[in-house]
Amino acid sequence: MIGTRGAPVDVLVVGAGPAGLSSAVAAADRGKQVLVLDLGLRAGGQIWRHRDEAALPRVARQWLQRVRAAGVTIASSARVLDALSPDELVVDFGGRIDRQRTRALILATGAKERLLPFPGWTLPGVVGIGGLQALIKSGLTLNGSRVVIAGTGPLLFPVAAAAVAAGADLVRVAEQVPLRTAAAFAMGLLAKPSAIRQAIGYRWAFRNTAYRTDSWVTAAEGDGRVRRVLLRDRGRSTAIDCDWLAASCGLCPNTELAELLGCAIDGDAIRVDTSQATTVAGVWAAGECTGVKGDIAALAEGEIAGRAAAGDAPGSRRSSLQRRRESGREFARRLAIDFAPRTELLHLAGADTIICRCEDVRRGDIDPRWTQRQAKLWTRIGMGECQGAVCGPACAALFGWQANVPRPPLGAPLCGDWAGALVDEDVSGER
Amino acid sequence: MSRTPDVIVIGAGMVGTMTALGLAEAGARVTLIEGEFPGGGSTGAAMGHIVVMDDSPEQLALCAHSRDRWHQLAASLPASGEHDRCGTLWIAADDAEFAAGRQRIASYAAHGVDAELVDQRGLYQLEPHLRPGLAGGLLVPGDAVCYPPAIARALTERAASQNVTIKLRTHVDSLTPHGVRLSEGGTMAAGGVVVAAGVASPRLVPGLPIVPRKGHLVISDRRPGLVRHQLVELGYLHSAHTFGAASVAFNLQPRRTGQVLIGSSRELVGFDQEINHALLGAMLARATGFLPALHQVRVLRSWFGFRPATADKLPLIGPWPALGNVWIAAGHEGLGITLATGTADIIVAGILGTTPPVNPEPFRPDRPMPAMARAA
Ligand SMILES: Cc1cc2nc3c(=O)[nH]c(=O)nc-3n(C[C@H](O)[C@H](O)[C@H](O)COP(=O)(O)OP(=O)(O)OC[C@H]3O[C@@H](n4cnc5c(N)ncnc54)[C@H](O)[C@@H]3O)c2cc1C
Ligand SMILES: Cc1cc2nc3c(=O)[nH]c(=O)nc-3n(C[C@H](O)[C@H](O)[C@H](O)COP(=O)(O)OP(=O)(O)OC[C@H]3O[C@@H](n4cnc5c(N)ncnc54)[C@H](O)[C@@H]3O)c2cc1C
Repeated sequence: MIGTRGAPVDVLVVGAGPAGLSSAVAAADRGKQVLVLDLGLRAGGQIWRHRDEAALPRVARQWLQRVRAAGVTIASSARVLDALSPDELVVDFGGRIDRQRTRALILATGAKERLLPFPGWTLPGVVGIGGLQALIKSGLTLNGSRVVIAGTGPLLFPVAAAAVAAGADLVRVAEQVPLRTAAAFAMGLLAKPSAIRQAIGYRWAFRNTAYRTDSWVTAAEGDGRVRRVLLRDRGRSTAIDCDWLAASCGLCPNTELAELLGCAIDGDAIRVDTSQATTVAGVWAAGECTGVKGDIAALAEGEIAGRAAAGDAPGSRRSSLQRRRESGREFARRLAIDFAPRTELLHLAGADTIICRCEDVRRGDIDPRWTQRQAKLWTRIGMGECQGAVCGPACAALFGWQANVPRPPLGAPLCGDWAGALVDEDVSGER
Repeated sequence: MSRTPDVIVIGAGMVGTMTALGLAEAGARVTLIEGEFPGGGSTGAAMGHIVVMDDSPEQLALCAHSRDRWHQLAASLPASGEHDRCGTLWIAADDAEFAAGRQRIASYAAHGVDAELVDQRGLYQLEPHLRPGLAGGLLVPGDAVCYPPAIARALTERAASQNVTIKLRTHVDSLTPHGVRLSEGGTMAAGGVVVAAGVASPRLVPGLPIVPRKGHLVISDRRPGLVRHQLVELGYLHSAHTFGAASVAFNLQPRRTGQVLIGSSRELVGFDQEINHALLGAMLARATGFLPALHQVRVLRSWFGFRPATADKLPLIGPWPALGNVWIAAGHEGLGITLATGTADIIVAGILGTTPPVNPEPFRPDRPMPAMARAA
């Protein structure tokens, strides 16, 4: 069923995080043949992709079990390179590139980190917060290394806890928003005792580390590797020695594949209706790629998308699923507002600070009055290997630019492989 | 025209920026109007190959002169212009193509363009990664490659320093008897107007025989040294010259960045905004067929642009008699980067009443044109 230009699957899900898995189960429960593609070695997405399944939270283990029981096929290390149409994708199945046909498509492509540039952010040892989490999940041990985590929002908590569990000497956790914002957000969670309990558990895990609000990185220093981080901390400048700095400022939906398919984007997220349908017929989207909202709401969206893609009539607006969806979207709106980067973070880069790592474009090379496309064509910003995945969210925050328009192929495949998948078998390749 | 002509140039692509700068350097008062930003039109999608083509004697003459002018310009370009005299190596797949290459040497020589025949052994010494079994090639060492949008930017900045008035994000709605009307409202008067609006020129000058000819390109990651010359198949002549049908040809360019730029395709599909996957596949298959090492090169992005094409494959350069004081500098199809310098020279000579360096007659915009472009 996988690839080989053969018969289509009923439902193809891109992304094996919570949204992708729950949509797969929902569709499979309705008798559909479901294939899930994911870049990772293991299913679970950013949050549940542990080396050791036993170490996962119970809800995650339950979902992985349900996926297996439902007969869903998961293709790991599989990357979508291109969309020929909503019902035919070009996929790199771990080195074998092929076309994959489907009757319905669900995008559950998650989110990426927003890295805001500051002097020294490209030093080795400086990573994103999600990046640090991923490193730990893939086995990095921190054995007494001094770690500083600086960023914003609820994501700080699980990563801080994970760093301690991985042996880090966690010296500081810095939250950029003021205490009153963080406190008001926490109050808003009171209606969700499980979230509060989880947060307390995480805080307990890093109880020996100061968690400071109104605190952000202004620079990283070091000779060949980060050795010291400069912070603005409640109005004062401080310096902390460290071996690792995890710094980022929130998440941005991954919309490249949706854009290739022609789906409308609202702000930075894929536009969906109440059944998670995108603006392109036959394509649904669920989870962070439709707005960053966390795993619980992503599960609800996935289930709605899976049912819709399997042909269920849209459920009642009052159903508990819809209520969970709505509260998830409300949560996403609050996250986006409460934890938006403060203006100081948009002015940290000096003329010399690199904005685009791939092409070595510095802040001083850029006039914020240009459009994204103008800056790209004039300075090569965003033209490199990552095609603006890293500098795009930063430039959107710093200059108000649109993201780089994605073009195939996604993910830089080998030329020969991609070409092979594009050529129709009945076309000889001759002119 | 009056002694200090004042001229509006519409369009800051390679052609318009070069023309505005040339006019200013010749003493004209110039305003350059651009709807978006310099280099954002076809110029920003082009391969940037500065190449002498010889489909016709007229084309060869203009190419040869234009390339000489690029050579003069090169030293003053910023590094971001990525000007690199890497030369063109025309690949002969078989003996017939090799013979055709031999014939071109004489016509090149007549225009002072150096070219040398390369036998099979020489070919693989120059480009070891080409597939085995090719017959040979034709090396044109004076050809170059560049990064067009950065050059359009640099020329605009230089023009500004020569007192050219630059109006960016200013769209011309239409021509008036004495100048232009702007889309945002208002008019601007001038003694002369040069339309260098590329594929959009017919919107300003109805009846101008230019149609968009779409072309796809693909850029790789950095593989310094994989190829050293711009490589083009001599068989390219067939594919570039059947006007109607979609076609692909092997056309590979080493970039200063160490990347390779893979071309190219040609189609007449209007301003269609979709990637043509099947054509792209055929284009890449053709490229990997000539250079199997490309199989192992990662590709970052594909895109397309629109060549401003005419049915007789010559640009439109000169006055447009139906409208007084309107000059056309457009319709260069796949050679607008190369021909921008020579085009500017012809326009400058025309407007200032001096002797043009190349006979402008074959490029008169109102010459009789084969039917195809008009129909499209
Ligand atoms: C010599 C050379 C080398 C290059 N090297 C590289 C390189 O190394 N890496 C690289 O990435 N690129 C490279 N470029 C390519 C550059 O990205 C392209 O030339 C160019 O800007 C055209 O690209 P594009 O159409 O894909 O994207 P863009 O230039 O970004 O244009 C996207 C277009 O889509 C339009 N658009 C956006 N949204 C919509 C919508 N919803 N509906 C309709 N239209 C929409 C925009 O208005 C815009 O016109 C190179 C170019 C040249 C000339
Ligand atoms: C895929 C591809 C590869 C190519 N490779 C090569 C190559 O290797 N070598 C080569 O020599 N040529 C190449 N070309 C051809 C070359 O790109 C064009 O011939 C050339 O860029 C045309 O330049 P131009 O200045 O006439 O047009 P453009 O660059 O399109 O400039 C026209 C400008 O006018 C502006 N404009 C239009 N209408 C208005 C208005 N009403 N008001 C204000 N401004 C307006 C536009 O915004 C634009 O900036 C290639 C083209 C393509 C598509």
